[in-house]
Amino acid sequence: MGGEVKIATSPSKAVIRKPTSFYLRTVWAIVWKDLAAELRSRELLTSMLVFALLVILIFNFALELDPRARFNAASGVLWVTFAFAGTLGLNRSMAMEKDRGCLDGLLLAPVDRSAIFFGKALSNLFFMLIVEAIVLPIYSLLYNINLFNPGLIAVVLLGSIGYVAVGTLLASMAVQTRTRDVLLPILLFPIVIPLFIAAVKASAGFLQSLEMSEIWPWLNLLIVYDLIFLAVAFMVFDYVVEE
Amino acid sequence: MIEVRGLVKRFGLKTVLKDLDFQVQAGEFVALLGPNGAGKTTFLRILASLSRPAMGEVRIAGYRLPQQAAAVRHILGVVSHQPLLYGDLTAEENLRFYGKMYGIGAPEKRIGEVLDLVGLSLRRRDLVRTFSRGMQQRLAIGRAVLHDPEVMLFDEPHTGLDQDASVMLDGVLREVAARGRTVVMTSHDLARAGDLASRFDVISRGKVVASVGRAEMPAAKLLDFYRASISIREDAARVSSEQPSSRIRM
Ligand SMILES: Nc1ncnc2c1ncn2[C@@H]1O[C@H](COP(=O)(O)OP(=O)(O)OP(=O)(O)O)[C@@H](O)[C@H]1O
Ligand SMILES: [Mg+2]
Repeated sequence: MGGEVKIATSPSKAVIRKPTSFYLRTVWAIVWKDLAAELRSRELLTSMLVFALLVILIFNFALELDPRARFNAASGVLWVTFAFAGTLGLNRSMAMEKDRGCLDGLLLAPVDRSAIFFGKALSNLFFMLIVEAIVLPIYSLLYNINLFNPGLIAVVLLGSIGYVAVGTLLASMAVQTRTRDVLLPILLFPIVIPLFIAAVKASAGFLQSLEMSEIWPWLNLLIVYDLIFLAVAFMVFDYVVEE
Repeated sequence: MIEVRGLVKRFGLKTVLKDLDFQVQAGEFVALLGPNGAGKTTFLRILASLSRPAMGEVRIAGYRLPQQAAAVRHILGVVSHQPLLYGDLTAEENLRFYGKMYGIGAPEKRIGEVLDLVGLSLRRRDLVRTFSRGMQQRLAIGRAVLHDPEVMLFDEPHTGLDQDASVMLDGVLREVAARGRTVVMTSHDLARAGDLASRFDVISRGKVVASVGRAEMPAAKLLDFYRASISIREDAARVSSEQPSSRIRM
C-alpha cells in the first residue's frame, strides 16, 4: 500500500448547476435516501401502523356503547390516531439522522439548509400519508363512513402538511436533547392545537355533509396554518439545528 | 486560509474556548494536539460551521463564519468523531447520496475511486450497519474526500483503523498535502502527527498555548514540547485559581 494513492477527482467535478434545480435535486436526494433506508428496515412504517391501528381499536371499544356519541366523535378519533402515529414517525425519522451523526453530515453539505428541512418534511409527509392510506379504510369500516369523500381527503392532506411542517422543525430541535422522545409531543401538541381544531371541525363537516359555507372557515384556517408554519420553518431551521 | 481571532465558545455556563487565536496558511498541515477535553473537537466543529461561536471572528478562504457558511462548506472535508453515515444504506449508496449533496459530476467513477482508495470495494454493496468500527471510519474518510475539498478538518482520523488502513490514511494525507491542500488534524498519536504535519499547535483549556513549525522541532523532541506546553498552562491555571483563595485567607 502507500505510494500511488490517488484521490484527485476527475476534471468534470463540481459542475456549477442552475441553483433552483440543484435545490430540488438536494430535496429529492434526501427523500430518496429516507425511502431507501425505510424500505430496508421498515422500522418507521411498521411502528406507526401498529400504533395507529391499536389507537383506533381502543377507541372503537371505548365508544362502543353509544352509537350517537360514536358518530360525533368519529373525526376526533381519526385525528388523535394520526397525531399519535405521526409523533412516532417524526421521532424515528430524526433519530435515524442522529444515529451515526448523519445530521452533521447533512449540515456539512454545501446546500441551503432549508432544502434539508424540506427533504425531511417531504419524506415524513410521505410516510404519514402511507399510514393514513392504510388506516382510513379500516376506520371507514369500524365507523361506518363513506371514504369516497374528496373533501375529507383534502382535509387529511392539509392537516398532514401542517402537522409535518411543525413536527419536522420541532423534531430536529428535540433530537439535540437527551429526552427527545418525550420532548417532541410536549412541544408539538400545544402548537398544533389550532390545526387540530380546524382539521377535526372540517372533517366532521364533510362526514356529516354540512353546507360548504360552514366548512370553509376551517379549511381556510388549515391553509393559513400550513403556509405560516412552512414559512416559519423555512426561516428558522438553520438556527434550530446549529448548537 | 483559516483565520481565527478571539474565539469564545460556551456550553451553558461553561466556557470551553477562551479567546482562541489561530491561523493557517494555504497548504499548511497543522496537527492540533492537546489533552482530552481541551476543546479540539469543539474548535473543529466551529470551523466546520456545525457550531456557532459566542464571540470572535472566524474566516475561511476569506469567507466569514457563520454568515457565509454556505460558501465555505463547498471546500471543507470533515472527519468527525462519528462516521456521519446511514446504517441502513450500503457503502456506495451512502457515497452516492453525499455525491448528490455536493453536486459532484460523474459520481459513479468517483465513488469507485474513493472505495478503492479506502479499501472497501469488495464491501461496497453491504449495509454500513454491518461494518466494523474501522470499516466505518474508512468510509467516513472516503466520504470526507469525495468532493476533493481544499480544506480538510480531520478529528482523530486514525481512530479504529488497522495498520493497513492507517498507512492508507497517511498516504491520503501526504498526497493531499503535496497537492497544496490545507489540513487541520487533531491527534493523540504524537509519532504519527510528527511524521505528517508541517506545524504543531497545542490546545490546552480552550486556548492555543504553543505553536511550532516542523523545521524547528525534531521528531524526538515533540513529546517534551507537548508536555512543556500543557504544563505551562496548567501552572498558570493553578496560580490564577489560588489567588482568590489566598486573598480570602488573609
Ligand atoms: N455539547 C456539549 N455540551 C456541554 N459541554 C460540552 C459539549 N461538547 C463539549 N463539551 C465540553 O467542552 C470541553 C471540550 O470538549 P472537546 O470535545 O472539544 O474536547 P477534545 O479536545 O476534543 O477532547 P478529546 O481529546 O477527548 O476528543 C469538555 O470539557 C467538554 O466537557
Ligand atoms: Mg475530541
